[in-house]
Amino acid sequence: MAEQSYTEQEFKVVGSRVRRPDGVDKVTGRARYGADAFAPGQLVGRILRSPHAHAKIKKIDISRAEKMKGVKAVITCDDLPDLTGGRGPNFDILVNCMARGTALYHGHAVAAVAAVDEPTARKALKAIKVEYKALPHVTDVDAAMAEDAPIVQPGVEHDGKPSNIVNVSQFGHGDVDAGFAEADVIIEKSYRTEQTHQGYIEPHACLASVGPDGDGELWVTTQGHFTFRNVCAQLLGMDIAKLKVTSSEIGGGFGGKTHVWMEPVALALSRKANRPVKLVMGRDEVFMGSGPTCSTSMDVKIGAKRDGTITAGQATLRYQDGPFPGPWGMLGAMTSWACYDLPNVQAVAYDVLVNRPKVAAYRAPSAPMAAFAVESTMDLVAAEIGMDPVDFRLQNVAKEGSKAAYGPTYGPIGIEATLRAVKNHPHMKAKLGKNQGRGMACGFWFNFGGQTCTDLNIGVDGTVNLTMGTVDVGGARASMSLIAAEELGIPYEKVKCNVGDTSSLGHNDTTEGSRGTFSSGMATIFAARAAIDVLKARAALMWEIDVDDIEWKDGAAHAKGIEHSNLAPLTLAEIAKKSPQTGGPIAGHNEVVADGAGVSFASHICDVEVDPETGKTKILRYTVVQDAGKAIHPDYVEGQFQGAAAQGIGWALNEEYVYGEDGRLQNPSFLDYRIPVCSDLPFIDTEILEIPNPNHPYGIRGVGETSIVPPLAAIAGAVSNAVGVRLDHTPMSPPRVLKAIREANGR
Amino acid sequence: MRYEAPSSSKEAAKLLASAKGKAVVLAGGTDLLVRMKSGAVEPDLIVDIKRIGATQEIKKSGNGFKIGAGVSGARLGKHRALKKAWPGVVEATNLIGSDQIQGRCTMAGNLCNASPAADSVPAMVAANAKANVVGPGGRRTVAVEKIPTGPGKTSLKKGEIIESITLPAKAPRSGDAYLRFIPRTEMDIAVVSAGVNLTLDSKGVVKKARVALGAVAPTVLLVEDAAKAIVGTKLDDDALAALAAACEAACRPIDDMRGTIEFRTEVAGVLARRAALTAYERAGGKK
Ligand SMILES: Cc1cc2nc3c(=O)[nH]c(=O)nc-3n(C[C@H](O)[C@H](O)[C@H](O)COP(=O)(O)OP(=O)(O)OC[C@H]3O[C@@H](n4cnc5c(N)ncnc54)[C@H](O)[C@@H]3O)c2cc1C
Repeated sequence: MAEQSYTEQEFKVVGSRVRRPDGVDKVTGRARYGADAFAPGQLVGRILRSPHAHAKIKKIDISRAEKMKGVKAVITCDDLPDLTGGRGPNFDILVNCMARGTALYHGHAVAAVAAVDEPTARKALKAIKVEYKALPHVTDVDAAMAEDAPIVQPGVEHDGKPSNIVNVSQFGHGDVDAGFAEADVIIEKSYRTEQTHQGYIEPHACLASVGPDGDGELWVTTQGHFTFRNVCAQLLGMDIAKLKVTSSEIGGGFGGKTHVWMEPVALALSRKANRPVKLVMGRDEVFMGSGPTCSTSMDVKIGAKRDGTITAGQATLRYQDGPFPGPWGMLGAMTSWACYDLPNVQAVAYDVLVNRPKVAAYRAPSAPMAAFAVESTMDLVAAEIGMDPVDFRLQNVAKEGSKAAYGPTYGPIGIEATLRAVKNHPHMKAKLGKNQGRGMACGFWFNFGGQTCTDLNIGVDGTVNLTMGTVDVGGARASMSLIAAEELGIPYEKVKCNVGDTSSLGHNDTTEGSRGTFSSGMATIFAARAAIDVLKARAALMWEIDVDDIEWKDGAAHAKGIEHSNLAPLTLAEIAKKSPQTGGPIAGHNEVVADGAGVSFASHICDVEVDPETGKTKILRYTVVQDAGKAIHPDYVEGQFQGAAAQGIGWALNEEYVYGEDGRLQNPSFLDYRIPVCSDLPFIDTEILEIPNPNHPYGIRGVGETSIVPPLAAIAGAVSNAVGVRLDHTPMSPPRVLKAIREANGR
Repeated sequence: MRYEAPSSSKEAAKLLASAKGKAVVLAGGTDLLVRMKSGAVEPDLIVDIKRIGATQEIKKSGNGFKIGAGVSGARLGKHRALKKAWPGVVEATNLIGSDQIQGRCTMAGNLCNASPAADSVPAMVAANAKANVVGPGGRRTVAVEKIPTGPGKTSLKKGEIIESITLPAKAPRSGDAYLRFIPRTEMDIAVVSAGVNLTLDSKGVVKKARVALGAVAPTVLLVEDAAKAIVGTKLDDDALAALAAACEAACRPIDDMRGTIEFRTEVAGVLARRAALTAYERAGGKK
């Protein structure tokens, strides 16, 4: 599509730091999140969860709970009959939202109730009697790959034998053996990362209502209400058009709200009780019953010549997916080498099942772990050959025309520019004190486009309603309003952008893969251009001239040619005012599969200080440099950079799922699952680079994810430099760091 | 569930003693309400002690400070004389939670919740604080280290409440300090902690010492060997090493998600050393 390609232009409002449209509602508490919906007669839903890591469910007796006063429905998997044919991603969602015969992890849902109030619902849960037979469990990825490991899902085979390995993916090119044979220096090292959760502050919450006619409504905190509708409709046996899903304001998702967890349960409860049901997870349920990212175990080998040329790179990645297969290992393998132009490269990934929660996307899913292993090894090679780590990376950096290890040949990309910016950044030259260290690392993310549908409606007063279908998780309403204002030539304040429910627009893919601004931005441009065509036609009618004699600029129709020089421009507001007489409402619409998302790169610098007696790390200074393509609203772009870095810092230093010998999650709370608090972080500096994506009219790339990729490695480098020992296991929590120091000192 | 807010300790004791089912005391509620919300306790009777006059006062006398069991961390932190006399105790209490928690949490609640990781407790133990207990059988005074008997358990008998806590009058040339280790900077629970209270002679030699450790045993430990290691010294390096070693030897921690045995043991010594140096400086010692 020609019109999709980038054209250089002078922007009027795009790129300005306008006031966010949702700010007042959010700071005054007027904004309505997932748990803020109420319906007359609504019931309280609650879920009973497995106390076992792995167990056969022999019997569930709900009879006592059903008879309790105030209990309106009790359900088990029998109330969610399988309509998926027993396989595929939606079957996995069904099994995950309510166990079918086997509890696959600690926290797996086994039954649910709807009652008139919370205490009654709690009592009813206690009255449900479940008979379990405990099965052997496995929660560690390496243990799950061992010969005699307990099998998580019968039927999964690898090499013709029952196994927990569900997928093996391989990417690369060249001949790595030949490459290593050419190398002067070869470094090989193993790494581990523990499992982390997205840690969104808002727990999963929804209000479901299914009427006696079978039609339903769902209010839910989600990143993709259209996807939720399609999944829930299939699982419940409803017509897609008869389930209306409205997305609430969202208190963070980071991938965790791309996935359906408990919404089918709420709908099934409502259907059985014939009343609306509100279901809100507690924090413990969010940790146990939603989807964290993988824990991993990885080996990386890099060979290089003394002059700094990499001759070969090889990575073996083991990602645990929870009890259901996912694309996670594959994504790790694809992203692992993406920053570099390598002659001989290979990445092999294993997706492995364990008795932990089903893994979901977490911001640039799978890329941070692979980058931790690859970038850490890059540092080791640079040190071994005595080269500056930035120069070493620059020497091997991917450029336009480089063939990526995961397949494609790159167009214009920003990795080299971010590295040069890092090299010249004052942060890189600042002095370090005692017990302090500096690290840097690079990161990559694909970004995504996908199906998008947008409506633009012009009111008679010349204000504009923009209805988009991608959930606003990071400021999209502001960005879309800026784009509509830019195209139409009107002030930002004249545009009001809303997220439409599933009955008001065609399908929109979920806001994931940093696609929101890229794809809805594209649809908004095209919808605005369609509206401009209508505006011009109306002006032609008002002027009684040919529409071809009209051009649109600065928010008004202008008649071209000397013969029309007596016609003063007609503004959008003037045309809109006359619209009832000239053919009715003025609107523009667009539906598109937004192809050509631009890949994005970032390079980070981090300084830390480590207390050598306690192993505690303090982040002293942190700088993010990332290519945004085009920053539509720079405040939000910087916010995404900072937020991604903050999450990476938490992951690097303290966050981890801790499992006991019994396979139970020990720390399902924000007390013992330690995300950073405000005072843990310095102000995170940002530098936005703009290398336009050739496949977007404004040059937009996604910005939301890439910057969670470098922090693990950047911080590992900094900590290692501060203490003089290489850290190879995240989180680099104080006990781990102190142990590493102690061992290095031979104690 | 019944809620009562009596106006005297005697009345509170009577309500608690005669209660059928589970009866609990409510001070700030920052432990209790959280436990109720999670379903960990389901009380039949709640006796709120904040309407009792004596629980709301901070009284200074020749014997020291009597701090009511309803006094919040925030109020404690605003009390100049108390801060001057017992900076370690006040700082320890002020570490609890956040601004919101500080507005409600109490030292007595922190003590009676009986967590080995409670922040104010090692500081109170080092300070030689006493709990003033009122019960159906009258009043008694108990050393704070005798109140918790294990995680979540106290030596208080049915019907007994702590009405106030007494901190002794500050001795000349004395100082106290408290340090905790948390992986973050705030909103966290001590992985290990140390409270130290020192009295020096006119030459800067440690005359008396009390060293307490938190989160390294089922209850807060008063480590007498650690005190012995520094009495008679000016906290020279050898004395500090001996102090750390004595602390390490006293530790009986568990391995859990918050820290390993070896980590807690090693860091207990580190914190005791650092807290001792601060206490020494506060006592007027020069290094
Ligand atoms: C977000 C958050 C952060 C926290 N951070 C910390 C922290 O950093 N450090 C820390 O040590 N703690 C922390 N806590 C725990 C808690 O705030 C403290 O233990 C606090 O001191 C409890 O005091 P309270 O008055 O609120 O106790 P309450 O909750 O009222 O009571 C606690 C227990 O003691 C009993 N009790 C209370 N007063 C008396 C009395 N006078 N006589 C007899 N029994 C009594 C109650 O029955 C209950 O069992 C935190 C809690 C929260 C929610």
